[in-house]
Amino acid sequence: MSYKCMYYVNVYLAVDINFSSLLSALLFLFRLAMMSKLELKEDRMLEVQFVGDDDVLNHILDREAGAKLKKERTQLLVNTKKIIKKPEYDLEEDDQEVLKDQNYVEVLGRDIQESLKNGSAADGGNKVYSFQNRKHSEKMAKLASELAKTPRKNVSLSLKNDPEIINIPQCSKVPRSHSDSESEYSTSNSEDDDGVAQENEEDTNEVILNQKIPSQNRAVSAPVCKETPSKKMKRDKTSDLVEEYFEAHSSSKVLTSDRTLQKLKRAKLDQQTLRNLLSKVSPSFSAELKQLSQQYEQLFHKWMLQLRLGFNIVLYGLGSKRDLLERFRTTVLQDSIHVVINGFFPGISVKSILNSITEEVLNHMGTFRSVLDQLDWIVNKFKEDSSLELFLLIHNLDSQMLRGDKSQQIIGQLSSLRNIYLIASIDHLNAPLMWDHAKQSLYNWLWYETTTYSPYTEETSYENSLLVKQSGSLPLSSLIHVLRSLTPNARGIFRLLIKYQLDNLDNPSYIGLSFQDFYQQCREAFLVNSDLTLRAQLTEFRDHKLIRTKKGTDGVEYLLIPVDNGTLRDFLEREEEES
Amino acid sequence: MATSSVSKGCFVFKPNFKKRKISVPVEDYFNKGKNESEDSKLRFETYQLIWQQMKSETERLQEELNKNLFDSLIEFLRKSYSGFQKSSRDWGCQIKLREIPTAALILDMKHFLQKLVSQLMMDCCVDEETKEGSIQVAQKKTHCSMDSLSSWYTNVTRKTDPKMPRKKRTSSSQWQSPPVVLILKDMESFTTKVLQDFIIISSQHLHEFPLILIFGIATSPIIIHRLLPHAVSSLLCIELFQSLSCKEHLTTVLDKLLLTTQFPFKLSEKVLQILTNIFLYHDFSIQNFIKGLQLSLLEHFYSQPLSVLCCNLPEAKRRINFLSDNQCENIRRLPSFRRYVEKQASEKQVALLTNERFLKEEIQSLLENLHVYHSNYFLVLRCLHQFTSSLPKYPLGRQIRELYCTCLEKNIWDSEEYVSALQLLRMLAKDELMTILQKCFKIFKSTSEKQLGSTAKRIEEFLAQFQNLDEAKEEEDTSGSLSKGLQKTDLYHLQKSLLEMKELRRTNKKQTRFEVLREKVVNFIDSLVREYLLPPETQPLHEVVYFTAGHTLREHLNAAPRIALHTALNNPYYYLKNEALKSEEGCIPNVAPDICIAYKLHLECSRLINLVDWSEAFATVVTAAEKMDADSATSEERNEIIHARFIRAVSELELLGFIKPTKQKTDHVARLTWGGC
Repeated sequence: MSYKCMYYVNVYLAVDINFSSLLSALLFLFRLAMMSKLELKEDRMLEVQFVGDDDVLNHILDREAGAKLKKERTQLLVNTKKIIKKPEYDLEEDDQEVLKDQNYVEVLGRDIQESLKNGSAADGGNKVYSFQNRKHSEKMAKLASELAKTPRKNVSLSLKNDPEIINIPQCSKVPRSHSDSESEYSTSNSEDDDGVAQENEEDTNEVILNQKIPSQNRAVSAPVCKETPSKKMKRDKTSDLVEEYFEAHSSSKVLTSDRTLQKLKRAKLDQQTLRNLLSKVSPSFSAELKQLSQQYEQLFHKWMLQLRLGFNIVLYGLGSKRDLLERFRTTVLQDSIHVVINGFFPGISVKSILNSITEEVLNHMGTFRSVLDQLDWIVNKFKEDSSLELFLLIHNLDSQMLRGDKSQQIIGQLSSLRNIYLIASIDHLNAPLMWDHAKQSLYNWLWYETTTYSPYTEETSYENSLLVKQSGSLPLSSLIHVLRSLTPNARGIFRLLIKYQLDNLDNPSYIGLSFQDFYQQCREAFLVNSDLTLRAQLTEFRDHKLIRTKKGTDGVEYLLIPVDNGTLRDFLEREEEES
Repeated sequence: MATSSVSKGCFVFKPNFKKRKISVPVEDYFNKGKNESEDSKLRFETYQLIWQQMKSETERLQEELNKNLFDSLIEFLRKSYSGFQKSSRDWGCQIKLREIPTAALILDMKHFLQKLVSQLMMDCCVDEETKEGSIQVAQKKTHCSMDSLSSWYTNVTRKTDPKMPRKKRTSSSQWQSPPVVLILKDMESFTTKVLQDFIIISSQHLHEFPLILIFGIATSPIIIHRLLPHAVSSLLCIELFQSLSCKEHLTTVLDKLLLTTQFPFKLSEKVLQILTNIFLYHDFSIQNFIKGLQLSLLEHFYSQPLSVLCCNLPEAKRRINFLSDNQCENIRRLPSFRRYVEKQASEKQVALLTNERFLKEEIQSLLENLHVYHSNYFLVLRCLHQFTSSLPKYPLGRQIRELYCTCLEKNIWDSEEYVSALQLLRMLAKDELMTILQKCFKIFKSTSEKQLGSTAKRIEEFLAQFQNLDEAKEEEDTSGSLSKGLQKTDLYHLQKSLLEMKELRRTNKKQTRFEVLREKVVNFIDSLVREYLLPPETQPLHEVVYFTAGHTLREHLNAAPRIALHTALNNPYYYLKNEALKSEEGCIPNVAPDICIAYKLHLECSRLINLVDWSEAFATVVTAAEKMDADSATSEERNEIIHARFIRAVSELELLGFIKPTKQKTDHVARLTWGGC
């Protein structure tokens, strides 16, 4: 399979949810490959090409462009006819399949329009999988200013007079630079591509700020467009898009501005202040959100019914589903044994889930040789005693800690038991890829879309998220915690290292304190008496991930504390206060 | 008790012991959520009953389908075992001994093997079964020493031998030292190296450790040779067993569950289409298909109060008498029933709408009609399928399920495919036609229905007439017109004469007797189809037995979380229904939820995103939106808040998997998606 094909598979993946559909996509590609091979044979072409990339892409685009289907139907029909013409290769069965494929697309399309409750309807596949054209670095700012204005026109007028808005760094120069680069881009390409690029623009519905230049382009490229038949145009367009994808991903160079957060005062926020700040924000659309959640609450009884009948339930959709599940728990599960599992908790593991079942639910005090043993024991216990019932509520089944193959297998096996009922939520974009056929049949899922738009407060509070990371309140507490358990000497050693690191704050070439120097310093401070004691001490630090060693270019070991300097300073201050 | 903590992730809740005793019965959940819960208990019971029947039926079917396979497998095991016996007596043939008897099973569904294992346990006294995963354990053992394994084996056999000779001997006396049957459920998923080593090692020890391997293969038998080099595969003595393909399996399941009057529950065209599509395009899993069936059954009984009548005919008639006033009202509200009423005479209309007892009587007869309709329907459907399944290019589908779908959807005789199929039928040869007719005859004869009894007779008559044709050879001359065509001509003349001939044929179109008869048969079939294959929507009270809500099925079985996520982010109006959020395609209003705005902005970037730019762009949008509200806070504080909101949006996007932190450049994040989503 060519690498392009792999890419198509990637795209295809986006269409649907699970592993099995990836397989069917592969199967489909394979079939296409076979057909194109046969075609080649028949045409006695010398050029050997394994997979008709265009064929594949055409077909995929046809599938996804549910709305466009009608327009392109003619082309599709041509394709199928072409294939039907070759009965001598015993392709009849494949013909059927192709025809059915078309049928399938129709059914899918129709259904998407019908199901009003499901989110897949609105602008379904078409928009999700369309390609974007090349991004320009200023586009975001441009779009931002656009968005700021768009919805209410009367407001946008007043906005223009507002200095604050126009003060945005790039905003004033955006239109010019954008149009410049746009025109540059179009002239650097062949004429044909020009028309293509423009079509992309229309496709992706980019807000074109400066209407003038595109329309000029159109004037230039219009005759070209007329010359090339529409079919060819489409093909060119798609292949061009594909090229773009690989272009964007091949070069390691990315054009973004070099500004860093350090220059902004606001960059550092710790979890607590973040929470305080956010509590001041009044949530918008609360009426609508309430309505949504009420709608979901009406399903509680149905969920209970379906759980009891052997299905398991998985919730998906944007927004934290934690509150919803909590309400489910408090309204209907009060009288039954249930375990709530926070998948987003960083320390969660299958072991701890199984432990809480064996120890707290089944009151078993023994230990087990392995997780599998434990699982077997639980399974037997539940099979023996059919009056035993257990509800498992898992928030974020797709979390970092639980998404592993083994964990999923074990949870799946638990959930396949008749008297264990599982209701779980998933959030990650690619979560369904966790499950292959075997696991899916273990889980026996029923999917429920519960888009709540509620913020993922709990879920993100543990995570060292991008901008919160620097605050380091968690590292600080753990630092204090660990160091308290050490001997005074060890604490002294560590303090030495911190001080040295803080002294070298402004030295950009600082890579750490070399072991020899460190030893020297420790000796001078009467903290160690031999090189061995220091090493033993360092091993302990390393075990707690308090230090990191690095070999320098001269082969000497350098020691470094992998905690940011602000935290270290806080730590020192606190230490001094205490002593 | 709170369910969030910084120190643990699992929280167990146990109710008081007293309370726990009273567990809520399942059927209570059947009605509580619904306001108009008519006969919910009865409905739930009916659901349970029908589902149990369907389940046992499918299980029976599967057993039947696998029986052959299992039988031959067991036969194979027995044979190879006696082979061991022989060779243990004859130590000379070492080479043959090294060949491990191997059965390769080609399976479409994995759960077959589980059953196989249980069956083997009963039948052949399997000492050890190694399933997926635990092969590693077995492998370790052999690595330590194959000897220990074989000594274990001799121990076990020695132990069991004196212990239970009586029991064993009675059934099969030759099972003195039973072979070890090792079943590798999913051969493709094993590491080839492990497998190869295992085979080589165990072949060395075969004389003391009789081993029979059974491979489960999901793809094609070639895989054995691809996984194992010749040196290894030559150590195996392979026999192939092929199970039924899953498509055939589906056909039988459909045939037995849906195309009968045995089960009152029916699927509408759309639902059936969705289920078969999921099967054909997603998983090839009968299990999932059955699951879909179960779900549709459940949904039907849950959502349709009148489904209480969806049971066998006598029971339904009995239940009609107990229908409440509300239920009668429900019936009057059914669209199909209203259509029916409108067609009646005005007095009857009034009676139907006001008199409960009259209504109930009418319902009884209508249900009976529905039942008759179904029994006729399936007969004629099968008959039509006999005709169309052999046509070239299968205009109406090769499988009966395709035909069934089209028939359910609309009047089949209005479709182009049907017309072309009839045209093709008019060209059938005699022997083909006769075999088809004979099959149809069998179909009709199998039933005792009165109306269609005459049909069987008609077909018998047709058959007899065809027979007669054979005897009384037709005397028509076909030679006269053809003789002219034999002389040499050029292309032009040939064409001309051919045209003339065609013209001649048309003008004095004198059909042979066979042709006349064939025409009659085709017309007869056509009339049958038009009379009996009406789509179910035309039948009054069809709502009682047909499940139509296909979209719920798709929603719950074949969901598309990615699309849902995309829609929620891209078009919040879709969910929130607030006029302020209404926007044109591709734009997003600035009052939208924070995460939507951040998402929309991030779409504008390529692989890397500068957090500073992003946050400023975000601030621009959000400030513009807030301008309309009263600005109470100071600008500095507001900026802080906006920044906090931005941080929240970004970390949520990270949780959702759209971005991840990167070290390529300071204060940048990497996008994980390409294009619109």
